[in-house]
Amino acid sequence: MMRLPRFHYYRPRDIREAALVLAGEENAMVIAGGTDLLPNMKRRQQTPRTLVALRHLDELKRVTNGSGLVIGAGVTLTDLVQDRGIKSAYRGLWQAAAQVATPHLRNMGTLGGNICLDTRCNYYDQNHEWRKAIDFCMKKDGAICWVSTGSKTCLATSSTDTAPALVSLGAEVELETAHGQRTIPLHELYRDDGIHYLTRSNEEILTRIILPDGAGTRSVYWKLRRRGSFDFPVLSVAAAIRFGAGGAVDEARIVLGAVASQPVLCDSASEFLNDRSLTDEVIEEAAALCARAAKPVKNTDFSPHWRKRAVARLAAYALQELRGDDMRATREKIARQAL
Amino acid sequence: MNKVTTLKRSQQQNAHIGCQVNREPVQVSVAPGKTLLEMLREDLQLTGTKHGCELGECGACAVLVDGEPILSCLYLALEAEGCSIDTVEGMALDGRLHPLQEAFADLGGAQCGYCTPAILLTCKALLDKQPDPDRDQIREALSGNLCRCTGYQQIFESVEEAILRLDHSEQGTDLKSVPGSGG
Amino acid sequence: MSKENSYSVIGKPRRRVDGADKVTGQTCFADDIMLPRMLHCKLLRSHVPHALIRSIDTRKAERHPGVKLVLTGRDFPNEYGILPVSQDEQPLCREKVRFVGDPVAAVIARDEFVAEEALELIRVEYEPLDTISDPVEALKQEPARLHDYSEEGNIHKRLSYEFGDVEESLANSAHVFEDIFFFEGNTHLPLEQHAAVGVPEAEGRVTLWSSTQCPHYVHRAVAKALDLPMAHVRVIATPNGGGFGGKTDPFNHEIVVARAALMLGRPIKICLNREEVFYCHRGRHPVLMKFRTGVDVNGALTAMHLQTLLDGGAYGSYGVASAFYTAVLQPVTYHLPRYAFDACRVFTNKPPCGPKRGHGTVQPRFGQEVQLDKIADRLKIDPAELRLNMVEKPGALTANYLKIGSIGLAECINRVTERSGWKDKYRKLPSGRGVGLACSSYLTGAGNSIYWNAMPHSGVQLKLDRSGRVTVFCGATEIGQGSDDVLVATVAEILGIDPLDIRCVTGDTDLTPVDLGSYSSRVTLMMGNAAIQAAERARDLIAQAAAQKFGADAEVIEFAGGRVFNTGRPEQEMPFQEAVVCAEEIYGSLGTTGSYTPAPPPGKYKGGGVGPSPAYSYTAAVVEVEIDTASGWITVPRVYIAHDLGRTMNPVLARGQVEGSVYMGLGEALMEESAFRRLPARLSGALVHREPSMLEYKSPTSTDMPEVITDLIEYPDDNGPFGAKEAGQGPLLPVIPALANAVYDAVGVRIDEVPITAEKILQALDSKARGGSGRVGPAKFPELEWPEPYRVPPPWEGGDGNAVNKPQRKRAAKMHDMDRFRKVTAS
Repeated sequence: MMRLPRFHYYRPRDIREAALVLAGEENAMVIAGGTDLLPNMKRRQQTPRTLVALRHLDELKRVTNGSGLVIGAGVTLTDLVQDRGIKSAYRGLWQAAAQVATPHLRNMGTLGGNICLDTRCNYYDQNHEWRKAIDFCMKKDGAICWVSTGSKTCLATSSTDTAPALVSLGAEVELETAHGQRTIPLHELYRDDGIHYLTRSNEEILTRIILPDGAGTRSVYWKLRRRGSFDFPVLSVAAAIRFGAGGAVDEARIVLGAVASQPVLCDSASEFLNDRSLTDEVIEEAAALCARAAKPVKNTDFSPHWRKRAVARLAAYALQELRGDDMRATREKIARQAL
Repeated sequence: MNKVTTLKRSQQQNAHIGCQVNREPVQVSVAPGKTLLEMLREDLQLTGTKHGCELGECGACAVLVDGEPILSCLYLALEAEGCSIDTVEGMALDGRLHPLQEAFADLGGAQCGYCTPAILLTCKALLDKQPDPDRDQIREALSGNLCRCTGYQQIFESVEEAILRLDHSEQGTDLKSVPGSGG
Repeated sequence: MSKENSYSVIGKPRRRVDGADKVTGQTCFADDIMLPRMLHCKLLRSHVPHALIRSIDTRKAERHPGVKLVLTGRDFPNEYGILPVSQDEQPLCREKVRFVGDPVAAVIARDEFVAEEALELIRVEYEPLDTISDPVEALKQEPARLHDYSEEGNIHKRLSYEFGDVEESLANSAHVFEDIFFFEGNTHLPLEQHAAVGVPEAEGRVTLWSSTQCPHYVHRAVAKALDLPMAHVRVIATPNGGGFGGKTDPFNHEIVVARAALMLGRPIKICLNREEVFYCHRGRHPVLMKFRTGVDVNGALTAMHLQTLLDGGAYGSYGVASAFYTAVLQPVTYHLPRYAFDACRVFTNKPPCGPKRGHGTVQPRFGQEVQLDKIADRLKIDPAELRLNMVEKPGALTANYLKIGSIGLAECINRVTERSGWKDKYRKLPSGRGVGLACSSYLTGAGNSIYWNAMPHSGVQLKLDRSGRVTVFCGATEIGQGSDDVLVATVAEILGIDPLDIRCVTGDTDLTPVDLGSYSSRVTLMMGNAAIQAAERARDLIAQAAAQKFGADAEVIEFAGGRVFNTGRPEQEMPFQEAVVCAEEIYGSLGTTGSYTPAPPPGKYKGGGVGPSPAYSYTAAVVEVEIDTASGWITVPRVYIAHDLGRTMNPVLARGQVEGSVYMGLGEALMEESAFRRLPARLSGALVHREPSMLEYKSPTSTDMPEVITDLIEYPDDNGPFGAKEAGQGPLLPVIPALANAVYDAVGVRIDEVPITAEKILQALDSKARGGSGRVGPAKFPELEWPEPYRVPPPWEGGDGNAVNKPQRKRAAKMHDMDRFRKVTAS
C-alpha cells in the first residue's frame, strides 16, 4: 500500500492561526480536500514537514451574494455543482466543476484546491521509484526538463478545470496572511512556469473567490480528456460572453486550459469577437485564433499535435453553445455526461 | 508561536480520535500520516474496504463519511474526528442484507467482488439522496468506481432492481431509520 | 439448436454461491489476511533497465530499527518459471537485472513503512548494459543478450509450420491479399493488487496464501525455487480480485515471503502497490503481423501464410505458448484448406508479457477479421455473407489437426446482424456513422498441461455424510468468473439437491485434488466433467443403498428436489439426507472422486500440443461507431454480441462473462496501452513504463461503456459438462476488429493497429483527404530468417497428423544444465 511520509499535523482554530503556522514553520503547506496533495505526498513529489488543515474551517465554506458572488475557497466541488445559483448564473464554472475528476473526488476536493492544483507532467506525476529511474526532473529532485531537454523552465501543465472558467468570468481571488490580505485578478495568480506556477507566497492562504455579477454574461466550459471521468483535461476551452442589445458581442473572454503551465487568455480571439455577431464564419475565425494561442507540449495524454488540432474544434463548440445552438448531442459524445 | 509549536508537537504523536463507524462509537489512536483507509483496515480490521491504487485513481476504497461517498485513501484518519463513517460491513441491518446487496448478489453486480463494497456504498448514498435515479444518473454516480469485470451493465441493472425492491418491499431496510444516511 | 433444458439447476438464473460474501465484504482476499505476529515485506526493484549487479550492500538496512531480515538473490538456490522450457526467473536477481522493476532485494520489517524506509538504505552497484526496447532492436546482432538460453541473440523462440503447399494455393487463388497489422501491448489491470502471505508450519514446512489463479503451478515453483519437497509446501489460492491471466504465473514475491516465513518463523505478508503490479505484467504481447491470404471468387479462403513477431519483454513466462497462440487458432473459425505460419518471440528490457484474456489469439484475430473486411469490400460481398459461406463444419478436423466439436457461429452471425439491423446499416449510414462485424473462436481449456504429464487436468473429491451436507473439493480457483458456482451447481444437478446444501473447498493444494488452475477457459469444462464423475459415483452409491431399502433395482432410483425416489413406485421415496444415512450404513464413510483428462490431440507433430482443446466456443459481434471527422473523436453507442457457449450453466454469470469481455475488448480497442519510454540517448539510458498508474493507463469508466446487447447461443458440445463450452475469453476477440471495421464503414479509413484512437483516425482522414491511402498502420514486417518449417499435410491431403520432414533445430541450452552451471560458479 502506498503510504504517506511522516509530517506534523496542525488543526488551526481559524484562518489567522493557520496563517501564523504557515509563516512560522519551515516547509509547511495547507491541506483542504487533500485530493491533490496527498497523492503527491505518497509519491514523494511534495514532502511538507507540516500540514495545516483547513477542512474544518466553516469560514471558508460560505457562498455569499453581493454585487456578484463570493465563494469560500473551502467549498467542495460537489457543493458548487449543487448550487442552483451558480448553475444558472455561472454556467461555465458549473460545467467545469462538474467535470473535475470523479464524484468522490468532487465530494472531497475544494474550489481553492482546484485553483491551486499542482501542475502536472507525465515525467513528474510518478512514484519516487519511477522518477529515480529517469534520474528525476527539474520540478522535483532533478536538474533537467525531460519534456524539452533544452528548456530552462519546467513545462508541467496547468490542469485545473475551474481556473480557466473562473478567469473567463473575470474572477478575483483573495489571499490572506497573518498580517493582512490582498485581492488580485485570478489570472494574476498564475505564471507560465511549471514549478513556480502560482504568484501566491508560501505564507498566503487562498480564502475567497470573487465573481462579478453574472447577469447578462453567458459562459461555457468544454473539456477534452480520454475518458468520461477521472482524467485531467488534455485541453479545455472556457468562454464567457456578454452580448449587446443587437445580439452582437459586447465583451468576450476565451481561456484555454491544459496547454501551458497556466491558463492561457486568448486575447486576440476575444478582441476579434467584440462587436461581431456569432456567425459561423466569425466563430471559425475566432476558433482559429484560439488555436494559434495554444502551445501544448508532450507531457499529457494524447499527442501535442492532436491537442493543438482539437483547439479550434473545441473553441468552435464553445462559441456555438454560447450562440444558443443545441450542443447536447455533441456534449454527450465528448463529455460523456449531460452538462 | 510557542503555543503553536506545543500544540503541533502533541499532534505528531498518535492522536486519539472518536468517531462513529457503522453506527457504533469508536475510539482509535492514529498517527497523522494514517489514512482513513489504513485506520479502517489495519486498526479496526474492517477489511471489507478495499484498495486498488491508494492515489484516488480507482475508487475501490470509497466509504461514506457523514453520508457522502469519499475515497478513504485520500482522507486523513485524524480528520474523521466526530464523523459518522459507513463501510460495507454496516450495510446489512439485523442480519438482513440491504436491497442493494441482495440485488448485486442476484443479478451479477458483483463478479470478483473487489470493487463491490465501494460501489454498494456509492449507490447507497445516491439512493439515500435520490430514491429514483435514471440510468444516466446511476452511471454518473458510479463514474468514480472502476470495475474491470462486469462492463458495468449488470451493475446498473442491479441498482435498478434494488430501487424496485426498495419501492415494493415493506420489510426492506428502512433507510430513513439509519442514522447519518440522509434521506 | 438444442434449446430444451430439463435441468433443475443448470441454466437457471441463480444467485452465485459466493454472492452474499461478495456483497458484504466477507470475501477474504489475500491482503485481508491478518495474522498474529505477522511481519511485512517490501521489494527493492531495479531502477535501471539492463545491468550486471556488481554488489549489494544491505548492512545499513539490516541495522534499521524494526527490520527483521534482508534478503538478496544469494538467499535463493534455484531458478523457476511457468514453462519447463523457460526456467529463467529468480526470486531476487543475482547477477543481472533485465528491466526497471526487476527485484534485487527484500526487506522484512514490523510494518510496511519501516520496510520501505529500509529499502532506501540498500546500496546496489550496477554495471549498465545495452538496452533493447523493441523487436527491431532485439533482432540486431550487436546488443547485449538478455538470456544465454535464447535461440540466437535476443530471439527467444522461432516457430515455423506448413500445412499443405500454401505457395501453390496462393499462386492459384483468384485474389491474394497481403496486410500488415500491429497490436500494441496492454495489461490486465485487476482491481486487486497481487498479495501473498507466507506462514511457517512445524518441521520446516510452509503455507503460502496468494492471489493466484494457479495454485498448483505456484506450488511447483515454490518447491523448486526453495529446494523443498512439494509435500512440505501448501499453497492456498485466495479469491482473486480479478485475474484476467495476470495472476497465472508464479511470482517472485510469492517465493520471497515463503522463504522469509521459513527463516523468521513468523507470518510474512506482501501486497504490491499498483506500479509493482504493472511490473509483474504478463500482459498482452505487442505483436506485429503479416497476413498473405488467398481467396476464391466468392471470397472463400484458399490458403493463408501468417507471420507474427512478439515483443516478449524480459522473461520467458508463457511466451513459447503465446507465440503458438498467435497462429494456431486461425483455422478454427473458418474453413482454411492450407495454412502456414511463422512466429518469433524476442526478449526486450521490459516487464515480461504473458497470457491475457484470449492469450495470443486476440492479436491475429484482429488482423484476420480486418483483412476479411477488406476482402469483402474489394469483392463487394457483404461481410456477413462472406463469413457465413465459410464457417467451419461441426466435427471438423482442421488443416493443423485441431478437432472441433459443436459450432454455433452461423447462428451467432445471424443473430447479431438481425439484432443490429445490419442490412439496413452496413454502407448505408450517413458519413461519420458506421457498423462493423467480426467473428472469433476460442479454446475451452488447453488440451495439454503446462508441463508434460499423463495425469488428470482436474480432480474433484466429494465427501457426504449423515448431515445431508455434501462437501466438494477441487483445486480450481475462484477469480470472479464463478468457478465455485459451476462446481456447486454441477454437483447439485447430479444429486438433485439444493446448491445451498453443498459446501465447496477450492484452491488449496493440501486439501483439494489438483486442478491446473483458472486459465485458458478450462475450468467449467474440465472441473465440470470431473465433478460430474465424482457426483455420479456418489449418486450410484446412494442409489444402491436406497434401492436396497426400497427393495428395488438401483436403475430405477432417481434424485430430484432433495429427495430420492423409485421412479416406478413414487410412494417409495425419502429425503436425500436419509438416503445418505442408508449409504453410510452400508458402505461406511462416503467419499468419491472424479477426474478429467482431455483426449490426446490428433496432431502428432512436434508442437501440435498447443491449440488442441476439448471444445471451441464461437462469437460474432457488431459494433456501432460515430466519428467526428474534424477531430477523429470516436464514440461507441452500442455493441451487439452473440456467443455460442454450448450450454449456459448460470445465465447471470455467463452474461457477465460475455459483457465483461466486451468491456475489456473495447478498452483494448480504444485506449489501453502498455507503452514504454526512452529518454534522449545522449542524456540517459532510461527505459521506463510510460504510465504505470490507474490514472494514466486508461481503463474505461462507467461513462465510457456503451450499451451491450447480448445473446447466449447454445450449441452443446459432446465434450462439455451438460454440453457447456467457455464464455470468459472468446467474446473479447471479435470486439476489437469489429470496431476497426466500423470505423472504415463510418469514414472510409483503415486503422490497422490497436488501439484505435482519435489521433490515428484524424491522421488517416488527413491522408485520405490528401489523396493518400487513408490508412494508419505498420508499413513492413522485418526480414527474418525462419527455420525450415515442419511440413504436415492436412487431413484432406492424406496427412496423418505427423510431419513428413525432420527439420534441424538449433538446440537451446537446457535449463537444468544452466542451473547446475550457475550453482558451480556461485560457489
